[in-house]
Amino acid sequence: MRHLLGIAGWRRDELEALLDRAQEHLPGGPEASHVLRGQVVANLFFEDSTRTRSSFEVAARRLGADVLNWSFAGSSVSKGETLLDTARNIEALGPAIIIIRHRSSGAPHLVARHVKCAVVNAGDGAHEHPSQALLDAFTLRQRWGSLDGRTVLIVGDVLHSRVARSNLVCLKALGARVVLCGPPTLLPPGLEEMGGEVTHRLDAVLPQADAVMCLRLQTERMAEAFLPSQREYSRLFGLTPARVERMKPDAPVLHPGPINRGVELSPAVADGPRSVILEQVANGVAVRRAILERCAS
Amino acid sequence: MTSVLFQRARVIDPRNGVDGIRDVLVTDGRVAQVSEAPLVAPKDARVVDATGKWVVPGFIDLHVHLREPGEEGKETVLTGCRAAVAGGFTGVVAMPNTKVVNDSALVTELVLSRARDADLCHVYPAGAITKGLKGEELSEAGELVGAGCVALTDDGRPVMNAALMRRVLQYATLFDVPVMVHEEDLTLSAGGAMHEGATSTRLGLRGIPASAEVAMVARDLVLLEETKGRLHVAHVSCEGSVRLIREAKKRGLRVTCEVAPHHFTLDDRAVGDYDTHAKMAPPLRGDADVKALREALVDGTVDAIATDHAPHGVSDKLVEFEKGINGIVGLETALGLTLALVHEGVLTPRRAVELLSEGPARVFGLPGGHLAPGSPADITVVSPGEEWTVDAHRFYSRSRNTPFHGRTMKGRVSQTWVGGRCVFEDGQLKESR
Repeated sequence: MRHLLGIAGWRRDELEALLDRAQEHLPGGPEASHVLRGQVVANLFFEDSTRTRSSFEVAARRLGADVLNWSFAGSSVSKGETLLDTARNIEALGPAIIIIRHRSSGAPHLVARHVKCAVVNAGDGAHEHPSQALLDAFTLRQRWGSLDGRTVLIVGDVLHSRVARSNLVCLKALGARVVLCGPPTLLPPGLEEMGGEVTHRLDAVLPQADAVMCLRLQTERMAEAFLPSQREYSRLFGLTPARVERMKPDAPVLHPGPINRGVELSPAVADGPRSVILEQVANGVAVRRAILERCAS
Repeated sequence: MTSVLFQRARVIDPRNGVDGIRDVLVTDGRVAQVSEAPLVAPKDARVVDATGKWVVPGFIDLHVHLREPGEEGKETVLTGCRAAVAGGFTGVVAMPNTKVVNDSALVTELVLSRARDADLCHVYPAGAITKGLKGEELSEAGELVGAGCVALTDDGRPVMNAALMRRVLQYATLFDVPVMVHEEDLTLSAGGAMHEGATSTRLGLRGIPASAEVAMVARDLVLLEETKGRLHVAHVSCEGSVRLIREAKKRGLRVTCEVAPHHFTLDDRAVGDYDTHAKMAPPLRGDADVKALREALVDGTVDAIATDHAPHGVSDKLVEFEKGINGIVGLETALGLTLALVHEGVLTPRRAVELLSEGPARVFGLPGGHLAPGSPADITVVSPGEEWTVDAHRFYSRSRNTPFHGRTMKGRVSQTWVGGRCVFEDGQLKESR
């Protein structure tokens, strides 16, 4: 059984092979695979995420699977059932793959240790969001052919971001240089050990970036005193048209969504020519098809 | 009259400056004679051939959770005492954070009564600093000490209110008992699940910075200096804390401290892929902290090795890491982990024994801890070279929560004697009932 719990531990050739396969799943690609025909894929979402859940659902259906959508709201979990009990109950329904989103880092690892089917991590706490990182890498590779020697700048709340961690590991593995930028309170220790470079001066690094990836800022970070205000964050780290002017001419802007318009990104940037946000969403289905196929193999 | 003669033992008795091959005669529950020349066994004496073994003062654990009253499914005084003697401990200090909290003579007496029923090792209750461990009102220390408590502690929780902490340090001088503290600034540790560092970042877990402990140690040392009280810092986990305690000791403050075997053995990387068996409070720290703790064990900054034995049920650990309950069982692995430092050349055998027996007895003023004639015959016999593999399923403790399951250890408890009676021998309990 091939789980996908994170990007950490993957070799470059494995990542490249998966991205190559995803390429074949793009619209207009070769004959569709129905490797999951007659099988069940369970979407086990303990946290709301219409975007990721829908993307996995479309991907699973394109592979011929029946999709079981299970969500936290009104479920047995709210009645005190443990994660493992829930997972075992879902497993008893016989899915080939369980896709799990959970607010606790490591939750998919716990499930994977105790079920027989494949487990896909669809985002766990502040740990990893591997399918997002793969679709981001896919989107960049589509533009550049290769990530070798490219500099990707990740801006924002790295501390709480699973997207940032998965991307750091994934982009590094594929040959890119990764620079992480944000206020000191939102950049945790040890990022250098994971291969990243750290800076707090956005304007100074923007000209070096071949791509800029903005992270979503949660409003509760102000209440927790990581930041004085959204306004100040936006002033120091928001991507505005003026800042885009400082970027390399063709450097794209990525965002995992959903966007806080006017906070991480000015509306003009979010909807502007540099934005590849909707390409990311579209690529997500192809990448997730490749992931599910791999888990089924 | 009952007698025991230990022959040809390597007797290590740090307080009395003994480390050499001796015969030890025990009569009527007390050490009668320790002799370089072979002793003649009295009639009817049990003779123990201790060739190749160490005969040392019984170990004393200053930090044990027996869970009774209230959580008997995890441990009871009886099962905790079984685990203690299986680990070579002849005395344990029982923490008050039971459910009912030990903040009154009634609970102290209950624990002592259960310990008498168990009839295996000495149980010394510690009383709560504040009523219900709420950190608001002082519990009646006089009553607690009168009933048999040997220390005051809100263990498991810090005393966040500095004024209250200052007062208990002052007030406890009335009874000359140590105030034992769990040092954690809750505003710094809030939401944290493990040590803050590269590993917590990689795993995406909220970190607990070392400053959560060090800042409180600093605060309490300032209060200690002002109050001339007695402070015992429980389960010290990081470099900054030992540095402050070392300096305070040099300046003559009455501060003592203990370190748990897991903190000098493992670092935060032991969390691996979210292994809740490596989740404890304070958390496993970074490798520089582990190194600093080892230095502090050697240079005398640390007074005692204490296990923080914290039994929990399987379901408490079989959950998401953030939800996992803190703590591991420690009584039955403490000797092996301590001797690992001896085999690595970090500690001398004498210092290891001092940290397990003489040191803890001294800091809490407990009987035992040495083998001078007339002292209680609380004795641990150690097979220092015997290899064994930890099997948590065979623990005498009622709980199995340990990260050391499967680890090979060198050095094992051969016998445990309490008051001249053999209570544990060759892996088997010798219960009187």
